[in-house]
Amino acid sequence: MNDATLIRKNLFRKRLRAILLMVSILVAFLIFGVLGALQNAFTAGTGTAAQERLVTVNRINFTVALPYAYWGRIQQVEGVRNAAPASWFGGYYQEPQNFVQSFAVDPETYLEAYPNEIVLPPEERAAWLEGRTCAIVGRALATQYGWSTGDRIPLMSNIWQNTDGSQAWELDICGVFDDTEGTYPTNYLMLHYEYFNESLAFGRDSFHWITINTTDPALNDQVSQEIDALFANSSAETSTTTEAAFNEAFMEQFGNIGLILTWVIGAAFATILMIVGTTMVMAVNERTREIAVLKTLGFTAPRIFRMVLWESLLLSFLGGLIGLGLASLAAAAASGALAGFLPSFGLSLTNVVTALVLMAALGIVTGLLPAYNAMQVRISEALGKI
Amino acid sequence: MTDASALYQLKGLSKRYTRGKETVAIFDGLDMTISQGDFIAIMGPSGSGKTTLLNLLGGIDKPSSGEVVFEGQRIDNLSQGRLAKWRAKNAGFIFQFYNLMPTLSAAQNVELPLLLTSLSGKARKERVKTALDIVGMVDRAGHRPGQLSGGQQQRVAIARAIVADPKVLLADEPTGDLDRTTADEILQTLQLLNKELGKTIIMVTHDPEAASYAARELHLNKGRFEEKGKA
Ligand SMILES: Nc1ncnc2c1ncn2[C@@H]1O[C@H](COP(=O)(O)OP(=O)(O)OP(=O)(O)O)[C@@H](O)[C@H]1O
Ligand SMILES: [Mg+2]
Repeated sequence: MNDATLIRKNLFRKRLRAILLMVSILVAFLIFGVLGALQNAFTAGTGTAAQERLVTVNRINFTVALPYAYWGRIQQVEGVRNAAPASWFGGYYQEPQNFVQSFAVDPETYLEAYPNEIVLPPEERAAWLEGRTCAIVGRALATQYGWSTGDRIPLMSNIWQNTDGSQAWELDICGVFDDTEGTYPTNYLMLHYEYFNESLAFGRDSFHWITINTTDPALNDQVSQEIDALFANSSAETSTTTEAAFNEAFMEQFGNIGLILTWVIGAAFATILMIVGTTMVMAVNERTREIAVLKTLGFTAPRIFRMVLWESLLLSFLGGLIGLGLASLAAAAASGALAGFLPSFGLSLTNVVTALVLMAALGIVTGLLPAYNAMQVRISEALGKI
Repeated sequence: MTDASALYQLKGLSKRYTRGKETVAIFDGLDMTISQGDFIAIMGPSGSGKTTLLNLLGGIDKPSSGEVVFEGQRIDNLSQGRLAKWRAKNAGFIFQFYNLMPTLSAAQNVELPLLLTSLSGKARKERVKTALDIVGMVDRAGHRPGQLSGGQQQRVAIARAIVADPKVLLADEPTGDLDRTTADEILQTLQLLNKELGKTIIMVTHDPEAASYAARELHLNKGRFEEKGKA
């Protein structure tokens, strides 16, 4: 037996109470973990490269198209090395719920823009550049639908109409791409802009955004100002920002995830802080007499302070670690089901470290007052009254 | 005034409490010597200050003035931390209501004071077994206090009080909650500890029969001691 035995026995002396407290802490950390994983999924793929690329969209909104001619004019702007136009395709496979993230792009410039995000074997790359009806799909998406090179699939659009009256585009899968580091999502599909554009029943000769690489990231501010100035006072004004800023704005349409996260987690933690804090104070008050006996035997006040603090830390870490564990299990389970929408749905190292810091903080904050009270117990008063 | 055989010397001991505007003196200038190996029964009316005296002797409370000298050293002016260490080393406490930890087994309760020593786990186990053996509770080592009778709990409490081998045992009405037969067994155990192991025992009691087990009876009344010759 040692102090740890005493701490453990004290914590579980009222088993139901300890379990209820642990469950409330568990739930808070489960929420923390799941929301953290969700936020990771939403902000995935915004690496450092995204800070260096520019994106030009319609100033009104990124869902409003820009004229085709802009592409050529942007390419002429001083400092632009590569400009890659793209359109939303809004694809689904067989059933509307089988959402396929898909874009119509100019293959050559697009591959140039995303060398790390899209890695293709040379022969598949050549095949895609050649074949008008060719599409390439990311590894994650190919796995999800069981597609492989050589397959021919009809991809439906929930935005566009084909000149043949349908909403389907017949695509040949000419390649499956990976990313270099396993850090970027591979859950989308790309088809030829030309093939897409020529068979459109409406809305031809336009696109939704242009990704731009500059000759030097230091020129980025200057280049974006120049581009936006070029189309100022036209019928379609542009807004050019870094891709990172664009991604963030894109995510904002789902709500300010970061803010929601902060509020929900804040509320959950404020609640358990009060519940666990008051319960710990009560639990230690009930033991006043036992604490007085320990003191009589020669346990010093600092030692008793530490024992109570460890007790609340133990509680916090038990509940917290189980909650975090469940959150990562839930994230693992969900990432399979949500692969099409949200790649990299999982807990990051930052999430885990933050959670551990929160567990320690919770343990200390809820333990300080009861530990102080325990330390202050006066033997003669506590033992005098029976 | 130094006495080689004196375990305790109380010099001009006073203890006062203030209640509102009034100051009540429990003792006022109490002098007393307790020898090594003594077995003293302290009697006296309720509220006469018996528990207060034990608390002063046990380093739980501090006097308002005067000195408590233990083995030639003052303990009344020690810091709380030093007093705690002093208690762990020198004094064993026995209470009327046993005060065992309900979540711990008998053996674990007895082991508690040893957590404050540097003894190894193995050495602690042996000590616990010896202490339980002395009070005749080895076969109940694994039982929790709730599974023991009052007399058995008090035996475990006595084992806890002696396990760290303190010089003095301070008992506040150790048989106050027990029936006659059980009380006699407990008192015989205390007498054994006094006679065989040489423990100095200071026992507060209301019960004259219990007091008769002691070598000396002191009556505390209005802050003064009256010694009664043994019959
Ligand atoms: N913390 C305190 N504040 C004020 N008065 C106190 C305090 N502790 C004890 N007293 C008073 O000191 C007196 C002696 O108390 P003590 O507990 O020593 O009596 P006792 O002889 O042990 O009595 P009993 O036989 O009932 O246990 C009592 O009048 C009590 O009210
Ligand atoms: Mg008393």
